[in-house]
Amino acid sequence: MADAPQTMPLQTADGRPLKAALAQAQVKAKRRAFLLVLPLLAFVVLSFVFPIFQMLERSVFNDGFSANTPSLTAWFSQHPQGAEIDESAYAALVADLVTMQKAKTAGQAGTRINYVYPGTISVFKSTARDAAKMVPPLKDAVIATNPMWGDPVLWAAMRNASHPYSTDFYMAATDRKPTADGGSEKVAPEQRIYIYLFIKTFILSGVITGLCLLLAFPIAHLMAVLPTAKSNLLMILVLLPFWTSLLVRTTAWIALLQEQGVINDILVTLGILADDGRVRMIYNQIGTIIVMTHILLPFMVLPLYSVMRVIPPSYARAARSLGATSWTTFRRIYLPQTLPGIAAGSLLVFILAVGYYITPALVGGADGQLISNLISFHMNKANWSMAAALAAILLAAVLILYWLYDQLIGIDRLKLG
Amino acid sequence: MSLPIYASPLERVWYYTFRVICVLVFVFLVAPILIVIPLSFNVEPYFTFTHKMLTFDPTGYSLRWYDLLLTQGLQNPDAPRDWAWWGQVWEQATWVKAAKNSLWIGIWATVLATVLGTTAALGLTRPEMPYRRVIMAILISPMIVPIIIIATGLFFAYSSACVPPDSAIGAVLSPFLSPKGCLANSHLGIILAHAILGIPFVIITVSATLQGFDQSLIRAAASLGASPRTTFFKVIMPLILPGIISGGLFAFVTSFDEVVAVLFIAGPDQQTIPRQMWNGIREAISPAILAVATILVIVSIALLATVELLRRRSERLRGVTPQ
Repeated sequence: MADAPQTMPLQTADGRPLKAALAQAQVKAKRRAFLLVLPLLAFVVLSFVFPIFQMLERSVFNDGFSANTPSLTAWFSQHPQGAEIDESAYAALVADLVTMQKAKTAGQAGTRINYVYPGTISVFKSTARDAAKMVPPLKDAVIATNPMWGDPVLWAAMRNASHPYSTDFYMAATDRKPTADGGSEKVAPEQRIYIYLFIKTFILSGVITGLCLLLAFPIAHLMAVLPTAKSNLLMILVLLPFWTSLLVRTTAWIALLQEQGVINDILVTLGILADDGRVRMIYNQIGTIIVMTHILLPFMVLPLYSVMRVIPPSYARAARSLGATSWTTFRRIYLPQTLPGIAAGSLLVFILAVGYYITPALVGGADGQLISNLISFHMNKANWSMAAALAAILLAAVLILYWLYDQLIGIDRLKLG
Repeated sequence: MSLPIYASPLERVWYYTFRVICVLVFVFLVAPILIVIPLSFNVEPYFTFTHKMLTFDPTGYSLRWYDLLLTQGLQNPDAPRDWAWWGQVWEQATWVKAAKNSLWIGIWATVLATVLGTTAALGLTRPEMPYRRVIMAILISPMIVPIIIIATGLFFAYSSACVPPDSAIGAVLSPFLSPKGCLANSHLGIILAHAILGIPFVIITVSATLQGFDQSLIRAAASLGASPRTTFFKVIMPLILPGIISGGLFAFVTSFDEVVAVLFIAGPDQQTIPRQMWNGIREAISPAILAVATILVIVSIALLATVELLRRRSERLRGVTPQ
């Protein structure tokens, strides 16, 4: 009896084993579901994922130097790291500079080195102009045009750049510079702009997330406890900004916050401020914080509200009846139950804030710029590789947070309105 | 939330303080949007209320900024306002041209995002969908990845995505591409980019509608002899239509409001309303921007009302009490 199922498997009407038929049907259903998703997936991969990977490649690829320096590249491959920079190296350099002068590419090569060793663009150009007239010993001749050529650090930088693929741009984007032995070290504290900006972006995003939570918590709670008809009305007030153009909201805040704007006018009329003591609340960090808090607030209210709505009021009542004060009830009973909403809203707002571009660009002034604005700045200057390296670091940070969001909350539970 | 009888005086004070705080937050949310409406009727080129406006003096108000929207960019703005003048507005006015571009791009991006997004959502909500989590994460990611990174990626991809206009494929595609035959500086390029940005919204909204969808209805239809096609159009579609429309409206608003991708990949022929506003805010800021803003606020109120009505209808159909 025990081996009966093996000798006599259950069969479908057409005589196939039931297990196989079920497996086949499941494969078919799987394939059908996948085929429905496939067109969109192909579209997104082709026109979204692929371009981003292409951009990421630029963060490690730059042939501005290597494409113009065949002799130096050959010299570097023959002489390992640590070899003495002798006459043959300078001969290769001069040969390349002569070709670059003819092809007018000395600036290009200098620009590539300039990312990690500032000041090389003009040096490359001027030395290339004189290169054809140089006579041996070339080492002394080249160093005579500019002592920079004798610097082993410059040679280490050129060695890195002699290969089109390098991590130089990540080095520059994390405020490091090459050393003579091929390693890297931190740049002088006053030159550390990128790390500083990354930290500032994270701090500002944290402040904005905190402000959003502070403002969203009371209104989400109010909407959750009010009768449906009333809370629906209030919901519309939350959703209106969500549906209003970002540029409209930014414009509105400029009208409100600028020195000759509505809020300053009110404060002057009320006598709180003197007419010559108007406060500048926009085109600076404060402007960025205020406007971004306003723009991202709905993203905090919606998840908080959807969690608070299903918290049964009986728990709080039970706590009160057992003698808890209203503060204890809030802290020990209500707040822990809202934590999923707090986590969802905070993560979402933080993720969106870290990569924000439009608002800081329009109302941030000089000190309210975030990392996105620096990427845009490098793009406008045609520093593709630098922009790509910064973008890659930002993308990595955002994707980690996104993964965290998916693990903690689940992206399929993201709701809009 | 009424105050219980046993509330202590301190709690009573807090109860009213709490209400006041909530009112202030709502004012913070809505006031900036509403303030642009009266400001756009300012007769002076200022961004604030003048004394005349505050005393409700009719001479303090005017429609001059709305008029400017029609006349900016015209060769002959002072001509008598007959049919020829309106034709000139339709053809030449900067803002009207931008509006036409925005609408055109928005509509096509919406169609693309809605059709692809709805089909994908139908597959994603099936229980037998393989790799659901990963695929969902990829499809939602355009909403999460910073727009500047997307725009940068597209800038590089589009400048290399070219077909020579004199080739066979180029001849077919050339009306959609830039004069050089590239996706950069073309309407098609922006439509594709905006479709990508709108897709997450469509997927989220349609999936949410489908979660309340009774799957046994599909089996019922099949048992009654309906083909999958008939089942989709006669059973599934009418029930999830509100979700599809909401998702589509989300996608449209996303496209209609998008400026960064346009700044990176568009050429001079793809001037859209947000791009025009962006330039306006960065350069000479005039109340004409506020007039545009007012029009957009009214449009968004209308869209929001539509979406809210659709949501309630969908919840009523599903037998859920409106939330």
